Amino acid sequence: MLKSETIGKYLMKPFNIYLIGVGGQGIGLLSEILLRAADYAGHRVKAVDTHGLAQRGGVVVSHLRLGDRVFSPLVQGGEADLVIALERYEALRGLKVAARDGGALVYYDTVWQPLDVRLNRAAEIQAADIHRVCAARGIKDYVVFHPALEDTRMQNTAVLSTIHKNELIPEIQEKHYKNAMEDLLQGSALKQNLKLFEGNG
Amino acid sequence: MKHMGTMLMREGPFEEIVMGNTALVRAMIEAGTRVVTSYPGSPTPEIATAIRSIPRGDRPFYFEFSTNEKVATEVAFGAAINGHLSTVFFKSVGLNVASDTFVQLSYMNILGGMVVVLGDDPGANSSQNEQDNRHFAHMSYTPVLEPSNPLEVYLFYKEAASLARRYHMPIILRLTTHVCHAKEKVAFSAFTPLQPDDTPRFNVVGGPQIPLTEEALGKKREALRKLEEVGRTANESNLNQLVDNRNRRRGIITMGLPYLSLMDVLEKVSEKPDILKLGFVHPVPRKIVEAFVKSHDEVKILEELDDILEKDVKSLAYDAGLKTRILGKTDPETWIGEYTADKVQDVLNDTWPDMLGARHPAAVLPEVVLARPPQMCPGCGHRSAFHAIKKALSGQDITVADIGCHTLGYLPPYEMGQVMMCMGASPGIGSGLSLFNTSRKVVVFMGDSTFFHAGLPGILNAVFNQHPITLILMENGTTAMTGHQDHAAVGENFNGPTDKVPVRKVLEGLGVKHIYEVDTYQQSRLTERVETAVNNPEFSVVIARHPCMLKFTREARRKPGYQAKQVHIDQKLCNQTHTCVAAFGCPTFTRHTDGKVTINPDLCIGDGSCLQTCPTRAIEKPG
Repeated sequence: MLKSETIGKYLMKPFNIYLIGVGGQGIGLLSEILLRAADYAGHRVKAVDTHGLAQRGGVVVSHLRLGDRVFSPLVQGGEADLVIALERYEALRGLKVAARDGGALVYYDTVWQPLDVRLNRAAEIQAADIHRVCAARGIKDYVVFHPALEDTRMQNTAVLSTIHKNELIPEIQEKHYKNAMEDLLQGSALKQNLKLFEGNG
Repeated sequence: MKHMGTMLMREGPFEEIVMGNTALVRAMIEAGTRVVTSYPGSPTPEIATAIRSIPRGDRPFYFEFSTNEKVATEVAFGAAINGHLSTVFFKSVGLNVASDTFVQLSYMNILGGMVVVLGDDPGANSSQNEQDNRHFAHMSYTPVLEPSNPLEVYLFYKEAASLARRYHMPIILRLTTHVCHAKEKVAFSAFTPLQPDDTPRFNVVGGPQIPLTEEALGKKREALRKLEEVGRTANESNLNQLVDNRNRRRGIITMGLPYLSLMDVLEKVSEKPDILKLGFVHPVPRKIVEAFVKSHDEVKILEELDDILEKDVKSLAYDAGLKTRILGKTDPETWIGEYTADKVQDVLNDTWPDMLGARHPAAVLPEVVLARPPQMCPGCGHRSAFHAIKKALSGQDITVADIGCHTLGYLPPYEMGQVMMCMGASPGIGSGLSLFNTSRKVVVFMGDSTFFHAGLPGILNAVFNQHPITLILMENGTTAMTGHQDHAAVGENFNGPTDKVPVRKVLEGLGVKHIYEVDTYQQSRLTERVETAVNNPEFSVVIARHPCMLKFTREARRKPGYQAKQVHIDQKLCNQTHTCVAAFGCPTFTRHTDGKVTINPDLCIGDGSCLQTCPTRAIEKPG
């Protein structure tokens, strides 16, 4: 039998990141880039993604936890220091289920209308609604939108760029993000994404 | 770019960030596993993704997706009695399908050893229930190892393989969804490729392995003896772990992901109980558990899903005459859902309210966030099918769903599929619904992978016993929901080209007389065919065919010269009947507050299946 004890000191308070989007938006890749960048920056890090059924146009979530005393990869409700959303409704959902008061939200401001909106059973929410919720809870919100983006599948990289430019994750620097992208992408996809990553924020 | 296959085959030791499912494959390689089989099901398909990343010629073991979990188990067993270490993996409910074979395994002398990897799904993230497969382990006298993170997945598999080899028996490695999918950096050992021994070592020395009459009893005796031996090993194993916080008042026995959740919760608690984390969860290591229980005033059994460990611990404490208060499950909620940190906090709060202090009740935030259930993808052939089929049926008719992407048709606006159970169950359920029933037509759905998996007996029964129902076979040419694995009609298996087994030929061979075929994008034709079929007084099948457009589009994008296409709405022709957005319901259509409908450029794939749904022909072909 192995023996240990839990008595010990924090080297770093856990930093919790909650990513949320709709199946098909590329949240898995974004999460994997953050995970590897955090590792390159010297963090101990754990992550977990949604797989399977929900990926078909449903809500997709990815958890990322940095810190020396982090056990489960799952972020507890209301304990996310940073919520990253790839869609406006999911930004609101992320705020509701995961965000900590005083934390940060970064989201890509596109709308994939939920069924009730398409069926005319509910009205569409606006970016101002998100901002109001954030303001009331002391959450700093960063809105990302690139109307001229060549490939919609690169929205996640636009979000990544904003995360980097505003230093939203402790100690992760530009080179760490780039190293992570180089681990996961190649050829023209790598080139395009690096260009977008460096170019705006 | 880092290449997963190259990483997995590296000979020297290395560290890498991996998913639990990927760590498992490295463990298979290091352990010398020779045969691996499966049927796809979440949370396990990424195991096969990792295997596929190793080029076939370099792969140190044989892998196949079998037609179902039972066959997969049999193939792995057959290989193992020839002397090859084998492994079968599948999702939680896959064990129900495999159970007829699985419960026999422990009775057999499995020369090469066999590891059964189960992907249980507490919280029913992608399953029709959250069954606790430890029950099957008890029933079949099979030991269970349960890791909590990717590193343990890797280490525990190697231990399971070693036990399976030593005792010539099956060992279960029980994973759960967020252990399979957890990602972290794992330090891997070196791997020394050995020249494999291909000698077929199957022998009947000591008699044939036929568990009939008294032979079955002898084999059961042997299974129980092996289980006891593994139990003794468990007492000495480093897979069990004691977290000694010098708290003799309170102890917790737990395992797997609930252990990680517990550790997170205790970070914020000043009085930390001692923790016994079991790696061997069946049979429980009696000596260790007894000593732990004896040395504490109160012991909480922190256990996800059912009260299996609780019963084991209570029973051994009773036998040992221990006075310790053992705290198990209380209300039904403690049986339900995944033991995340939030859940563990609630459970411990009920157990020892003074220890955690008053939990701040989660703020009830006023925002209402609209639900976003999973739905069919843009261009999905099933959407066209349901839109057309609905027109052929009356509101009184009964529709039975099966497992697969088409199950999502039960949601609005289609509401096709009113009852569902498990793989291949729809023809049988539909047959029962048709008895004494002359007023309501019965239509049952099934996908093509399910057809080969467990669909055939129910269909044959409908033919044999003359049940006048209609089966709509939703053929999309792949196993879509689990990530596009090939099946018998595709012409390709995991390892290369193979002969196609067309579903129509199989249906004809089963004696189905009335078969109608139609591409689901031809909606009015499909409506007609279904009308004809349901009015046929005999069993009939409509093959509603269209390739999975998610797979199709992904493949098309990879080809040089691919041009993205999208449909357009001519706002002059559109009179806002909203058929496209509300009844057809492709997520591409966006409804504005003024009633205007536009296309979401993030979503439209330009398939054009919507054109025919517009009464004013306002949707224009992709340019």
